[in-house]
Amino acid sequence: MSKATHSLPRTIAAHAVLIAYTVIALFPVVVIIINSMKSRNAIFRTPLSPPTPETFDLVGYTTVLAQGDFFLYFQNSFIVTVASLFFVLLFGAMAAFALAEYRFKGNTLMGLYLALGIMIPIRLGTVAILQLMVASGLVNTLTALILVYTAQGLPLCVFILSEFMKQVSDDLKNAGRIDGLSEYRIFFRLVLPLVRPAMATVAVFTMIPIWNDLWFPLILAPSEATKTVTLGAQLFIGQYVTNWNAVLAALSLAILPVLVLYLIFSRQLIRGITSGAVK
Amino acid sequence: MGSLKIENVKKSFGSVDVLKGIDLEVNDGEFVVFVGPSGCGKSTLLRVIAGLEDATSGNVLIDGRKVDAVPPSDRGIAMVFQTYALYPHLSVRNNMSLGLKQAKTPTDEITRRVATASSMLSLEPYLERRPAELSGGQRQRVAIGRAVVREPKLFLFDEPLSNLDAALRVNTRLEIAQLHRRLSATMIYVTHDQVEAMTLADRIVVLNGGRIEQIGRPMELYNSPANEFVASFIGSPKMNFIDGAHLGEPKAKTVGVRPEHLTVDAKSGAWKGTVIHAEHLGADTNLYIDTEKAGLLTIRIFGVYDAEPGATLYATPNPAKTYRFDADGKTLA
Repeated sequence: MSKATHSLPRTIAAHAVLIAYTVIALFPVVVIIINSMKSRNAIFRTPLSPPTPETFDLVGYTTVLAQGDFFLYFQNSFIVTVASLFFVLLFGAMAAFALAEYRFKGNTLMGLYLALGIMIPIRLGTVAILQLMVASGLVNTLTALILVYTAQGLPLCVFILSEFMKQVSDDLKNAGRIDGLSEYRIFFRLVLPLVRPAMATVAVFTMIPIWNDLWFPLILAPSEATKTVTLGAQLFIGQYVTNWNAVLAALSLAILPVLVLYLIFSRQLIRGITSGAVK
Repeated sequence: MGSLKIENVKKSFGSVDVLKGIDLEVNDGEFVVFVGPSGCGKSTLLRVIAGLEDATSGNVLIDGRKVDAVPPSDRGIAMVFQTYALYPHLSVRNNMSLGLKQAKTPTDEITRRVATASSMLSLEPYLERRPAELSGGQRQRVAIGRAVVREPKLFLFDEPLSNLDAALRVNTRLEIAQLHRRLSATMIYVTHDQVEAMTLADRIVVLNGGRIEQIGRPMELYNSPANEFVASFIGSPKMNFIDGAHLGEPKAKTVGVRPEHLTVDAKSGAWKGTVIHAEHLGADTNLYIDTEKAGLLTIRIFGVYDAEPGATLYATPNPAKTYRFDADGKTLA
């Protein structure tokens, strides 16, 4: 170990920067969680102190669980996120594979066209989307949300994955062809495992905006049966009075599932089983 | 059992012609090496034979059967790649047996073939390992084993030794030569290394710019190259080329002499020159001499020869072993 890269001041400085960043990033989350477990008075009087035996109160959680159908909201959010994610990754990876692997006329143009969505926010088309959903009878269904989110996530997915797919060795795909694997098996069995880290990155980038979205649930699926968590939490924000205990409790609960999904994908990010296929 | 015929195969990528009409016949059991500089189309030709690329025009016949519309897996070929291209998620055993499973070969037949191939290549201890747990040489042996178990009519090797270090390259070259003798299978081997070509081939096909320059046995190419390109490509160190006009050869544009066909003397000889550099390899010595008449010459002397840079030496070509080329580079009789 060389001294230059492991001197004590450097180590301390590096850790100081990282710790400072962690504190800044976690601060709002921690504030939400500690305040969700305090009584209403304590939230306003000492918003930064952790709950003490006097101020500890789970009234927010009991309100959330009693009022409104929060489990249903969770379920809705979960279904929408997971289904959209599945379709984004499946179709995005397939399109990326075709763009990266096959030579055909207009390949580059098609790639640019598919990536166009990165630059144009899908919300610009809200009115047209709503008309489309009304016409097809999909208003107040989870299907509507899944379709919109799939469309929203695809451009970035195609863009990132096609770059990664180009790096997968041609020899490996050709070896598969000589061994008689179909193009589908080459895609699913040889190429997808090799771009798994990229898929996990795309999954994280795609998942979080979907889970947090308020706009499309509010417009396309505001019915009681199809409310998502973010929309459900709005229940407690009133025009005159806001039930902060309940809002904070709902938000704390909403962090959990997305955290679990993130942990699943981040494991994939780290996994290095792909090394050694080719030199 | 494994003959190959290529009829006027052409291949273009857009406006770039990579293969400009290739005709070739390979007999059953022959070891043929495609050799040429990078970009000469040798790999593309191999891919066309394998069916990984479609030829723009022309036909490929394996065992007399036209295979232009046959997918790679049904052509009766097996291919070994430069980057090994092993399936990273499969063990060595499954890497070797995947192709047979796809072809619905009975299980006991697969087991038997994998056992034969792995004993032939001494891979038995590694059968349950993943490619990531093997060294470069072992990976390439697995790749060769994967080709062997298919019992193909035609083995295709695409620069299989390029990723190995020098010592392993010699060993693996030997293994490939033994494999060819044992299986007496037809093999086609692509390389840019003329040493591999000379040591392995029954016949060498020299390619340049999408055309075949010459086809012949290694010694034919060495002793009677058809043109200047083949003469310069085969042999190491490279042949010396001297402007014919300087030597008073009116008919020859260029005169070629191999470094090993030049002798040196300290006192007298045909071309006087000064030593620029000497490479002592033990078994032989390479001298670089700047001559007044013939320009810079490389001379290969067998054994040890002491020559300091700056010393004056006389070089004399062996008249029976000089080559004359016309303005188009063709060899003159």
